Amino acid sequence: MSEGAERKVLVDVRNLKKHFSKSKDLWGRTTEVLKAVDGVSFQIRRGETFGLVGESGSGKSTVGRCLLRLYDYTDGEVRFDGQDLTKLGEKQLKPFRRRIQSIFQDPYSSLNPGMNVLELIGEPMNIHGLYPGDERKEAVATLLERVGLKREHLYRYPHEFSGGQRQRISIARALSVRPDFVVCDEPISALDVSVQAQVVNMLEDLQSEFGLTYLFVAHDLSMVRHISDRIGVMYRGRLVEVADSDELYDNPLHPYTKALLSAIPVPDPHAVSERIAWTGETADSEAHALREASPGHFVALPE
Amino acid sequence: MTERLLTARDLRVSFHTRDGDNQAVRGVSFHIDAGETVGIVGESGSGKSVTAKAIMSLIQPPGEVIGGEIEFRGENLTGLSERKWRKIRGNQIAMVFQDPMTSLNPVKKIGEQMTEVIRRHRGLSRDAATEEAIRLLREVGIPEPERRIRQYPHEFSGGMRQRVMIAMALSCQPELLIADEPTTALDVTIQAQILELFKRLKDNPDTAVILITHDLGVVAQVCTRVIVMYGGMIMEEAPVEDIFYRPQHPYTIGLLRSVPKRGGGTRERLVPIEGTPPDLLDPPPGCPFITRCPHAMDKCKELPPMFHIGPGHRSLCWLAEKDHPTVADVKAEGEDADV
Amino acid sequence: MNRTRWQNLRSELLANKFGIVAIVILAVFTLSAIFAFLSPIDPNQLDVTAKLQSPNAKHWFGTDDYGRDYFTRALYGGRVSLLVGFASMIIATGIGVVIGVVSGYFGGRLDNLLMRILEVFLSIPSFLVLLLLSVFLHPSVGNIIVIIALLMWMNIARIVRAETMSLKTREYVLYAKASGQSAFGIVSKHILPNLVPVIIVGATNNIASAIMMESSLSFLGFGVQPPNATWGSMLNNAQGYVAYAPHLALFPGLLILLTVLSFNILGDILRVGFEPKLGRR
Repeated sequence: MSEGAERKVLVDVRNLKKHFSKSKDLWGRTTEVLKAVDGVSFQIRRGETFGLVGESGSGKSTVGRCLLRLYDYTDGEVRFDGQDLTKLGEKQLKPFRRRIQSIFQDPYSSLNPGMNVLELIGEPMNIHGLYPGDERKEAVATLLERVGLKREHLYRYPHEFSGGQRQRISIARALSVRPDFVVCDEPISALDVSVQAQVVNMLEDLQSEFGLTYLFVAHDLSMVRHISDRIGVMYRGRLVEVADSDELYDNPLHPYTKALLSAIPVPDPHAVSERIAWTGETADSEAHALREASPGHFVALPE
Repeated sequence: MTERLLTARDLRVSFHTRDGDNQAVRGVSFHIDAGETVGIVGESGSGKSVTAKAIMSLIQPPGEVIGGEIEFRGENLTGLSERKWRKIRGNQIAMVFQDPMTSLNPVKKIGEQMTEVIRRHRGLSRDAATEEAIRLLREVGIPEPERRIRQYPHEFSGGMRQRVMIAMALSCQPELLIADEPTTALDVTIQAQILELFKRLKDNPDTAVILITHDLGVVAQVCTRVIVMYGGMIMEEAPVEDIFYRPQHPYTIGLLRSVPKRGGGTRERLVPIEGTPPDLLDPPPGCPFITRCPHAMDKCKELPPMFHIGPGHRSLCWLAEKDHPTVADVKAEGEDADV
Repeated sequence: MNRTRWQNLRSELLANKFGIVAIVILAVFTLSAIFAFLSPIDPNQLDVTAKLQSPNAKHWFGTDDYGRDYFTRALYGGRVSLLVGFASMIIATGIGVVIGVVSGYFGGRLDNLLMRILEVFLSIPSFLVLLLLSVFLHPSVGNIIVIIALLMWMNIARIVRAETMSLKTREYVLYAKASGQSAFGIVSKHILPNLVPVIIVGATNNIASAIMMESSLSFLGFGVQPPNATWGSMLNNAQGYVAYAPHLALFPGLLILLTVLSFNILGDILRVGFEPKLGRR
């Protein structure tokens, strides 16, 4: 995105680290540490979609959850719209909890089975005191229609919907408090191919309509390219490459990115793809910080 | 003309639920030739996995095979006793599942599990079986198989476990290997390795493969022939080239359009199939795709016959009526309609 | 909880013949315990001329060694037995749910502490405590209820804790947290309602064991004191007459057996009924 460079940075992640204790001794002291996220820095500009890809265990979901402050991070800083969220307590954080919303992966576990659609979408409105009283039902119904569901779905329960429809409910719920930034944690991974496209298109439409900024966490590389303006590739808790999405796909620099891209099964029987193997990090690849290889294209490789 | 290995005729499977019968498979007919790799593609609820289980006679209550027959090497397998089935499973037809951990015994070493199978099926001595296990593990790309056979399943990563499962399935030299979403639970780089394995199997004339998947990319890479399922029926069947370059059925076309194209740039609009799959408790009487099809017409309320598009290519859609004969007509004229 | 879950449960109960029998038995027992006072006979009225009678038209369950009408005594005895069962179940469930939810939801040190306390309770031989306490305390119905409850809450606490820990990783809980929902809001809106199935199942099984405990206690003579009867104390009194008046042991024994069995069957059916079933796919 050419004008992207001038846009204001909305989310600024600096050297984020999140370590989990893997095992503890008798006294509850940590003896072994899992470095799920180990020094990650990136910026997301207002109105753009930043894709975060990686395989299982790369730490991509943990980054998303740190931005949602579901975890306290071990080290580093997250600035949102200029404000450092790192040291805020739950009370000062509350306005940001409205502005930062989330959509999760599993359409079955992301909606409380005991609540109907009105209660589900109304919950965040309740928390932040939006649309009180009679306005509520109308606001929720409007949102439902916006995400392609119907007004008569208001009093239905999650089990009465298909996976794709549930994900639409999740989207409506996230939008109900007019957020600026939405963390989408693998929102289409559990959906059928034909339905994935519906949801991706809807996310794109809503983005331009409401001026949303997205962090799109995913392992499906072909879809990520589709929706993201810029993409960061994670490997074992670190970012190995960050670039505009077309640049990343056409001109990958890091061997891991190359391996990842070459592994996508192309839906074309004539495509000759040569798979590039990645044998794990070489002795020197891990230690490197991101450096700008070409304008806007960062890679964790030695010069 | 290659040898016919398996024929399924008008297979029907229902699941009896509290709310009625879920008609998961509603009259599916196809065949598999020796040595070929056939992909069955479909979304969740299309009936693809249930079809595979029906072939293996693995449908458990509340599911029930309510009709159709399966012929393997000219022998009708319908109504065979469970004892005879156990002989066929593993020996002639083997299966690999999505989650390898559920089909491996966690407290037994990999080597023990493999040699047990090999010895039971092939009557080899202990040493010969161990050697064979090592050879198979090497063949599926497990490094240091001599050391690995002395390890337990939990010491293997997901991808490695799936390879072990494939090695075990191959250990009894089956004529047909059914793989149900073998790479769905794996990371892309691992998936690519497993797919390489299937590509190699494709060239093996002794083992035919049925690969069940929702991923069109996987099908394109690995299969020679493709069966597209939707709503418990076969919508289209064709050689892999025809499916990707000359798809006939609106569902196939829609499915292909809804995945990002290769080289398709950022923000290129996807074309989804609108709507949701049919409720199989109460499926629409005609074409199952009628509710989502952009070409739906009055006639679609009646189930179309299979139309013969070309050699090995058939489509269950009225759109083909004008230019193509039905498969039944072609058959009546004595030509080989391939089913 | 939503409608279909209850519907599933109902169809599961109705489909199970044992379930219907269990419900009928428990309903009859409960109603007869509640309306025991309608019986024209005083349960404690002595009639030495008519002692140790076998069941007959006038005395349906016969009479005991003091000539009291055994049927009426069984009615009143059921009152105490069922009251103790229900009341200690409610107290035990209350304690168990609070401790289980707190422990499971907040985790960390608090969890550690609560679980150690729980283990201490578990490792106390409950019968010894019952006996000791009934020596020091006046063995009133109220005391017995509290004591039994204190010896029973651990099971529910454990189940609730495990379920809470699993529920709190559900994505809808994560969403609520990320949206700024308070801990109280999360527990009351997202955790507790989804705990209802395990609580009901646990509670049902608890009633059964409470009734058993009370019976054993009374059987040993440390329960509710004479002349008031419970099924356990009736069984205790019957000891000396097993040879020539076996009905004295038979009736209270059968009543205890049927009640405990019915609650256990009900608990089992509820457990199955609450499990998600292969439904629409």
